[in-house]
Amino acid sequence: MTDTTSIMTKKRSYGGLSTGTVAPWVICTAILLVLPYVFQSNSALTIMNQMAITIVFALAYNMLLGQGGMLSFGHAVYMGMGGFMCMHVMNWVEYQNIPLPLPLLPVVGGLFGMGMATIIGSFSTRTAGTVFAMISLGIGELIAASSVIVVAFFGGEEGVSGDRTYGLPVFGYEFLTKIEVYYLTAGWLVLSALLMYLFSRTPVGRMANAVRDNPERAQFLGYSARWVRFYSFCASGFFAGVAGGLFAINFEILTEENLNLVTSGSILLITFLGGVGFFFGPIIGAIVFTLLQSVLSLQTELWQLYVGALFVLTVMYFPGGLAGVIMMHVAPYKLGKLGTLVVPYFKTVLPAAIGILGLASFCEIMFHFKHAAVGENDMSLFGIEFSTHSPLPWIVIVGVTLVCFWIAKRNSAELRETWGNANVLSSPKEGGAQ
Amino acid sequence: MELVLVILIDGLVYGLLLFMLSSGLTLIFSMMGVLNFAHASFYMLGAYFAYQISRYMGFWPGLILAPIIVGLAGAAIERFGLRKVHQYGHVPELIFTFGLALLIEEIVQFFWGKNQVPYDAPEVLQFALFSIGTNEIQAYKVFMIAISVLIFLCLLYVLTKTRVGMIIQAALSYPRTVEALGHNVPFIFMGVFGVGTALAGLAGVIAGPQLGTFPGMAFLLGSIVFVTIVIGGLGSLWGALVASLLIGWMTTFAASYNIAMADILMAVGFEMPEDMSEHALRDIWSLTLPQIGPILPYLLMVVILVFRPYGLFGKRDA
Amino acid sequence: MIKKTKFGVATALAVSLGASVAFADTVKIAFVDPLSGPFSPTGTNGYAEFQYAAEKLVNDQGGVLEGDMFEIVGFDNKMSPKESLIQVQVAIDQGIRYIAQGNSSGIAHAITDAVNKHNRRNPDDRVLFLNYAAVDPALTNDACNFWHFRFDANADIKMDALTDVMAKDEDLKKVYVIGQDYSFGKSVAAAAVRNLGEKRADVEIVGNELHPIGKVKDFTPYARKIVSSGADAVITGNWGADMVGLGKAIIDAGFDGPIYTYYAASNGITRTFGEQGTGHIYLVSEGAVNPPASDRTAAYVEGFEAKYPDHDITQPRIANTIEMLAKAINEAGTATDVVKVAQALEGMEHDSIWGGKLFMRPDDHQIIQNVDIQEHTSEGLQFYMDASEWGMKLVSEVEMAGMDSPTTCKMKRP
Repeated sequence: MTDTTSIMTKKRSYGGLSTGTVAPWVICTAILLVLPYVFQSNSALTIMNQMAITIVFALAYNMLLGQGGMLSFGHAVYMGMGGFMCMHVMNWVEYQNIPLPLPLLPVVGGLFGMGMATIIGSFSTRTAGTVFAMISLGIGELIAASSVIVVAFFGGEEGVSGDRTYGLPVFGYEFLTKIEVYYLTAGWLVLSALLMYLFSRTPVGRMANAVRDNPERAQFLGYSARWVRFYSFCASGFFAGVAGGLFAINFEILTEENLNLVTSGSILLITFLGGVGFFFGPIIGAIVFTLLQSVLSLQTELWQLYVGALFVLTVMYFPGGLAGVIMMHVAPYKLGKLGTLVVPYFKTVLPAAIGILGLASFCEIMFHFKHAAVGENDMSLFGIEFSTHSPLPWIVIVGVTLVCFWIAKRNSAELRETWGNANVLSSPKEGGAQ
Repeated sequence: MELVLVILIDGLVYGLLLFMLSSGLTLIFSMMGVLNFAHASFYMLGAYFAYQISRYMGFWPGLILAPIIVGLAGAAIERFGLRKVHQYGHVPELIFTFGLALLIEEIVQFFWGKNQVPYDAPEVLQFALFSIGTNEIQAYKVFMIAISVLIFLCLLYVLTKTRVGMIIQAALSYPRTVEALGHNVPFIFMGVFGVGTALAGLAGVIAGPQLGTFPGMAFLLGSIVFVTIVIGGLGSLWGALVASLLIGWMTTFAASYNIAMADILMAVGFEMPEDMSEHALRDIWSLTLPQIGPILPYLLMVVILVFRPYGLFGKRDA
Repeated sequence: MIKKTKFGVATALAVSLGASVAFADTVKIAFVDPLSGPFSPTGTNGYAEFQYAAEKLVNDQGGVLEGDMFEIVGFDNKMSPKESLIQVQVAIDQGIRYIAQGNSSGIAHAITDAVNKHNRRNPDDRVLFLNYAAVDPALTNDACNFWHFRFDANADIKMDALTDVMAKDEDLKKVYVIGQDYSFGKSVAAAAVRNLGEKRADVEIVGNELHPIGKVKDFTPYARKIVSSGADAVITGNWGADMVGLGKAIIDAGFDGPIYTYYAASNGITRTFGEQGTGHIYLVSEGAVNPPASDRTAAYVEGFEAKYPDHDITQPRIANTIEMLAKAINEAGTATDVVKVAQALEGMEHDSIWGGKLFMRPDDHQIIQNVDIQEHTSEGLQFYMDASEWGMKLVSEVEMAGMDSPTTCKMKRP
């Protein structure tokens, strides 16, 4: 993991505006602009908005975890508090007719999130490691608990709701429709992602990496590890607050859920799933997790089982996260050997994938067998209808699963060999990951 | 006065239960540096295994067998899961246990369903042993105290009087040195993890009938166990004991006395606002101690960490 | 960087869900409640009841209009307001016009607010919100709107009925009120104090307190206080693990009076209380099945128990919801114009399958029905709960409870 990180930084640290650094941003922005034309339904827009919010939040979280080496168990507090403040401001704007255009609302959330981070960071960032983690857990729990008690600000269990459309129209847009909100969210996504990327390029951002890796050495160089952590923490709080503001605009309601430990815990998992070592890691994590949560849960009641298994397996076999898996292929690509991997991949990964699907199907059948209503023996998987009370489907699924895993295992040696070859040969100047 | 005595007993039961969980966790943490988020999940597994065993063989075999099964499961998870992750560092380890906690909860729901299961105390202990005033003290509670104290004494004996205990203690303070002396540290890790999870399993076995056996029981207790070991000081068994009892009594007392914020504020010299319904601080005025009882340990933890990052009895930062 | 390639593939998946258009010959009802996670027992149970009600009460009778069938589509909201709003949006995109939800008043507030906004902003695909269990009184008072219909008696009405019964007990001198610290717990407590004060000024409220929701590990200290206070009866709105924990602790501490509850039945609770709960646990609810009101009731419950042995009829109002919706669709002559359906539902009178009458009050869309007090027992039962030897038996019934209860609802009609 650290190997790849250093390669990444080495590659990027040439600085300046090269095509290599600008191109991804332009492409991503273009994709964001075009997406609503591909997926037009309101639910797709809602899910994409939710993704965008999670991306901003996960990137903000990774400023702490990935770049600063600070493990927080209570980061939902800053997003939630920013969101609650935005909600209140939205309502004030409605009642007092304050000329605050809606697109600027996330700034309010950001500033409030940063304010909270300044207060809490002033004592929590003195040390990193377990003490920081446990203080964040304590603060998170305290604020989540007080959100149910202090009804005047947090609205109790119902939360605080408002209406985004009552503000002043901006250039004729009232944000009545989802598509308008989508472009607002996407705009903020690009802006905050860019700012966070640029922050990681500033001296403070660089020092955060140094403090993460070796605080003593950073101190010897004359930098206060504490202040570096504090600055990162405040900046992270700002962008978490922006995410909270976007949440307020999208869902028009904030509740205790936005502050509690479940939200804090899942952003940690999301960030890690995507990969903490890369700037774009949390983006992938947020996309995948949102899909699992909102789409997979429509398909199966067992979705949390699969999500749990995904995390355990990811951390066991791909500690660099999904981004790590992608970046592993940079070295073979540069050596021009990506092509050699296609066939072994086909021979190993495909059977393994089918095997995993088989395993999941087995769980599904067992679950259906145990819990379905009496008389409803039929279920459908992947479009095939069958009865769970006849032995045939069980045999088929167990058989397919075992065979596929056997094939995958048998071919994995070949893959490992090819992988090794693809990474070393010829020019010694690139070490390659692994 | 009677009530104070009753609260002391109730707090002791809860505190000792916390200790059984936190003693295992603090051993695991100080030795391996792993914040084992799945620790409370092993507690849940203990309760469910014991429930399953009790359906066929009664309560008592479950008391012995369930912790052993949980301990073996814990050791296996350490051997085949955690050890693999260990090389990547502490954060991946933590995520691993995080995912494990999710997974265990799902697996429990898969096999035992999502409802509370009827896991009960044995019939012989289902009577009121004595009463203090109008309050009955159930025999099972006294049994819980006895088991916990027994476990504490055993732990203390093993850690201070036996050779294995010496090595473990040494490994707590200087893991590298112990390894350099030729001890098989990975094996010790596995053993400590197994014993720690077995202790959690035992806590589940005896707490299940009292606090309920349901899939949310791990989550309910999960973070408070961390709070306990952090307050006590990482790696300190005595610290874990003191912190457990402190938290036990603190939450019990807080739940028992309706001290109102309004009284305190008025005693300090604030004046009660006349119209409370629209007052901005109305929730603060109407606050009572039982409302905030369960979050007091978190407050205590933050305060302690700010002023004494090593916890009450800890010697080193993690 | 390959930043967004996954985005496209992934959302293609997402949209494939939204793309399917509702068939003309089915009336889909979105069931938005927790189907996974710690709160799923009530969710999956309600889902089964909805499916069974749609099948038995509508589809087996030939459907609505000209043979249109009801279909219940489950959406897992994970007990999260945010996820609920996403899933409601997905449901609306699938052409679903009826949203059913019940677990948690907090989520009901979020949905009723979102449905209200959606209907104002999208007059072409309006939806109705069928609230079958969220009982926060505010939903039919200050927070009411035209699109929301509540098929459960709200917390105030239930408390009104409960205190009617309690007031008849001459020996009752001291009552202890305890609940979870959130809107519902607070409204139960307020209603208990208000009602007892009106009906039995001599009864003393010896304790009125709230505990944090879902955070208490050991309820013993609360139980000690209750016993020490010398209370004759306890009232609580607790549910789930908080209900079992509290109830068991109170009984263990030596309390021997009744515990009046809102939600202490089924979903493992009845089985867990077992023998201990007999003579202690009382429940205020509707649609008692012991004894069944008619042969039709008995056949309905028998059919359900046979089909879903793991579940019980815990929310009899679900059958009312389905029957009344079917009737309203037939009267309106359309299932797609929800304004007409809503107008048909307003003021509707209906004979409940559970016996007694139902009346959807037009002023605030609150249903008025008989409210029953039931006791936890093992004797004289025809139907049991949790596949155990215990169940709930009718003790007394308040007819058309809360018929004249006031409302502050000022509804804007389309």
